[in-house]
Amino acid sequence: MATMTMTRGRTVAVTEARRARRKQNLVGWLFISPVVVGVVVFQFFPILVSMGASLTSWNGISAPKFVGLRNFKDLFSNDPLFRQTFKNTIYFTVASIPLTIGIGLVLALLCARPVKGVAFFRTAYFAPYVTNVVAIGFVWFWFFQPDNGVINGLLSQLGITGPQWLSSSSWAMPAVILVSVWQGIGYPMIILLAGLQGLPEEYFESARIDGAGAWARLRYITLPLLTPHFLFLLITQFITSFQVFGLIYVMTKGGPGHATSVYIFNIYQNAFGFGKVGYASAMAWILFAVIAAVTFLQWKLQKRWVFYS
Amino acid sequence: MRFASRTSQYVVMVLFAAAFLAPLVWMVSASLRPEAQVLSVPPKFLPTDPQWSNYRQVFELIPVFLWNSVKLAGLNVVGILIVASMAGYAFARLKFAGRDIAFMVLLATSIIPGIAYLIPQYIVFRHIGWVDTQYPLWVPKVLTPVFATFLMRQSFLTIPKELEDAGKIDGASTFGIYWRIMLPQTKPALAAIGVFTFLESWNDLFGPLIYINSENLQTLPVALAQFQGEYFTQISLLMCGATVSVVPVIAVFLFAQRYFIQGITMTGMKG
Repeated sequence: MATMTMTRGRTVAVTEARRARRKQNLVGWLFISPVVVGVVVFQFFPILVSMGASLTSWNGISAPKFVGLRNFKDLFSNDPLFRQTFKNTIYFTVASIPLTIGIGLVLALLCARPVKGVAFFRTAYFAPYVTNVVAIGFVWFWFFQPDNGVINGLLSQLGITGPQWLSSSSWAMPAVILVSVWQGIGYPMIILLAGLQGLPEEYFESARIDGAGAWARLRYITLPLLTPHFLFLLITQFITSFQVFGLIYVMTKGGPGHATSVYIFNIYQNAFGFGKVGYASAMAWILFAVIAAVTFLQWKLQKRWVFYS
Repeated sequence: MRFASRTSQYVVMVLFAAAFLAPLVWMVSASLRPEAQVLSVPPKFLPTDPQWSNYRQVFELIPVFLWNSVKLAGLNVVGILIVASMAGYAFARLKFAGRDIAFMVLLATSIIPGIAYLIPQYIVFRHIGWVDTQYPLWVPKVLTPVFATFLMRQSFLTIPKELEDAGKIDGASTFGIYWRIMLPQTKPALAAIGVFTFLESWNDLFGPLIYINSENLQTLPVALAQFQGEYFTQISLLMCGATVSVVPVIAVFLFAQRYFIQGITMTGMKG
């Protein structure tokens, strides 16, 4: 009799625990359900569609036609525009990343010293980063006007005849890069500033006692300690630069000719302009492969230069 | 020596500040000039005789665009704050089967470039009649706040367990604990996400560009880009529009700069 009630008590406890656990699971999944539904419907499903679409000839309206790897073959072997936009994107990326991070570092070092009005300067350097690309693109578009624009106006006061900028196939890209760097510097500046403010004071104290000058302290203490931040910036800046679109759309529409046509702009035109959805999807997956490969490489190479104290 | 180095630091800082602010100052000043004087040689940065009537003209055109921008930013901010804080709370504080796998999968989606799913998304939205409506500009964004969920989870993880236990003893429901006890503790993270989302929605170019055809549905920045030859034929008026499109963002940024920077550094280096 006594044992019976005990077993019954235990079964009741077990089922109760199970019920409680089931309720816990239900509550947990209810809390995350909006995100789960969203990610499945608006990301997973479209990603699958896009993977499939990359193997088809499809205009997005009529039924897709399976073509195997032909889109990829066409892209690599007989699409000069694909090749050029790829090169343009590399040009843009390789030029803008060192400039953005380098000047960002200078600004972070300037703002890290406690001087009066530093908050104002920090805000000024950061303002372009939060400004929309349409406004920025417009202003710089007029700045770069060859005859009566601000840039060539200032250059002529120094006795220099400025180039044709946005209407020159060799100067359009440098002009766009300049604007992109100007706009983007705020981000690395903030990241590096946070890094600088988190550096342990002891290192600097002992270096100062050892008689290390400001330059030596920067070269041998500050920069090595910031290398994890540089790695982070290299990875994120590569991902964003490689997908630049807005400034190009507003300032040049890829021109003159295809001089500033970048990778995403090419995808945009193929998908939404020419209705080549299959072809554009293939390009999107090549982009993914490039970004994944470069990110992986950067992650692997970090052992060679990133310093963890 | 000290004084000299401080002075040279100031000089460099002022020069940089001029380089960063000059284009923005020029934008405002061009918006106040008579059209004939916008592009003057040599260039001028300050208007001599401000033409406030430029703004009067522009405000006959842009209230609808401005409203669309405000409305979409509001929907995105409120929606993302609710969805991300609920998910972040569950990932940080609730125990349930599949939690960690779900979180990893969620983070993994962020490495796929947006363009890969934006194309099929567009086709699906066209299929269900969402093209040329504003739904694509907030529904998918509100329901996929991966970055904000991550940030909220980090924030909930830092709250001491005692607070939650006190709520449990008082017999509050899980939702009650989340809403009344935990959520108020995460105000800095909520503010950071709010500012980010506002800026992202306000400055979005790609979405409005591909989805909106009717002008009365367009956002302010993209309306400027699309209708520059049509309604904004003069540079001075275009610069008025650009200035109006920038002012709310700068205001929000100045007001909430601290949270914005916290948000950047939190996701930046502790991830």
